[in-house]
Amino acid sequence: MKNRLSLSHADITPRQLFDQRRRLLKMAAGASLAAWWPATLLAAEKLAFSTSSAYGLSDEPTPYKAVTGYNNFYEFGTGKEDPARNAHSLRTRPWTVSVEGEVHKPKTFDIDQLLKLAPLEERIYRLRCVEAWSMVIPWIGYPLAELLKQVEPTGKAKFVEFVSLHDTQQMPGQRSSVLDWPYREGLRLDEAMHPLALLTFGLYGELLPNQNGAPVRMVIPWKYGFKSAKAIVKIRLTEHMPVTSWMRAGPDEYGFYANVNPEVDHPRWSQAKERRIGDFLKRPTLMFNGYAEQVAGLYAGMDLRRYF
Amino acid sequence: MKTPSLSARRLAWLKIGVFVAALLPLAKLIGGGLTDALGANPIERITHDTGYWTLTFLMLTLSATPLRLLFGWYWPVRLRRMLGLFAFFYASLHFLIYLVLDQFFDWQAIGEDILKRPYISIGFSAFLLLIPLAVTSTDNMLRRLGGKRWQALHTLVYYIALGGVVHFAWLVKKDLSRPLAFAAVFLALLLIRWAHRHLRIRLRLKTAQ
Repeated sequence: MKNRLSLSHADITPRQLFDQRRRLLKMAAGASLAAWWPATLLAAEKLAFSTSSAYGLSDEPTPYKAVTGYNNFYEFGTGKEDPARNAHSLRTRPWTVSVEGEVHKPKTFDIDQLLKLAPLEERIYRLRCVEAWSMVIPWIGYPLAELLKQVEPTGKAKFVEFVSLHDTQQMPGQRSSVLDWPYREGLRLDEAMHPLALLTFGLYGELLPNQNGAPVRMVIPWKYGFKSAKAIVKIRLTEHMPVTSWMRAGPDEYGFYANVNPEVDHPRWSQAKERRIGDFLKRPTLMFNGYAEQVAGLYAGMDLRRYF
Repeated sequence: MKTPSLSARRLAWLKIGVFVAALLPLAKLIGGGLTDALGANPIERITHDTGYWTLTFLMLTLSATPLRLLFGWYWPVRLRRMLGLFAFFYASLHFLIYLVLDQFFDWQAIGEDILKRPYISIGFSAFLLLIPLAVTSTDNMLRRLGGKRWQALHTLVYYIALGGVVHFAWLVKKDLSRPLAFAAVFLALLLIRWAHRHLRIRLRLKTAQ
């Protein structure tokens, strides 16, 4: 595996962080939910993490404003700007994630427990949406493998299913049946154990903003963005391949693997190129989103047109 | 029966008003572009907005006749040509934005898009069909073609509108609410025409008796 130096944290505009904190505070103070907005969240909004990650990119990170203002998170609406507008209704504390299924030690983790389970690292990853736009985001988290090791998968465990929160009160987009709620995603166990697969709690040095999947989400940088489940409440290890929300919504268009692949088009649009947010010209999409060196081995011998 | 019609002066003012209003979406896009207010993906925004306004103007164009049939208003018919030309104007912008901003003259990608992706094939066809309608929109062209042939040519607008709605529905990843809203409007406008045709036959029979 090739290691690259990550961007130093100083390269990331501190001004934006500052502005965002002000915005968050203002939002918390101004919104009617201020009453039950937990003080701990505000206190813990900065995360302690190491920057000496082995995984990183030399690409310029996408501005904070775009990362947090342009999101697909249908639980808060199907427009790109809906999540930033609507996600304030999500309560991220208290929060628990149960890890169950084919494991020897099923357990329900509190979010604070999860945050302390392994050292947090910053990793600058490419994010490629199936809609052919992309970003570069400094995420903070640790490999999902760290969590899975704790629960000791049984010999039968072949897949990992992620289930997101289902609560129409907190997630107004779920009042529409645009997808089959709760949102479900899945990985093969070896994909889930891959060191690039990141259990993620933050971005740009702070806790995940709600619209980015707070309080805990997956980031799987070699797959299309929708594979990375947000606001996860359950992680289930299974013997059989789970049916994901997008497979249910359009089995011909969204496969289980959803690996970024410029050679396999979405039935309705090309995947050969992408527009990096902020760029004028499109750029060619890289195989496995540029992570082929690290992950191609997972799919050796597989027909990626069939297993799309 | 008295046909409510507008005086030439009031019609002129109405035309100016509609003309200015029809330019507002463009002004909003230009303003947004200048003040960096088009969001994180401005090219997508501009593409979607011009597409949206193309469909809106197509529906407005198609509503002139139903308004006359329902309420006996003739003034929308007087505005129809301008509305149709604005549909063409926004469609042209939509296409140019695709050509320049989205694909940046990548002819190979454009060719593949048109041939391989049904929603682009349909959208592109609808745009091509709009061109002869725009070209023959003048009084002079109407005279040269003759009313019947002109009329026949301009019935293409139904197929263009249908193509536009399908184009929109087909490109959407999952949330079909907006394309379905256009489809509902289109269907309603067709239904009014259809219902009136049958009603009018009955009315004629009545007056003949």
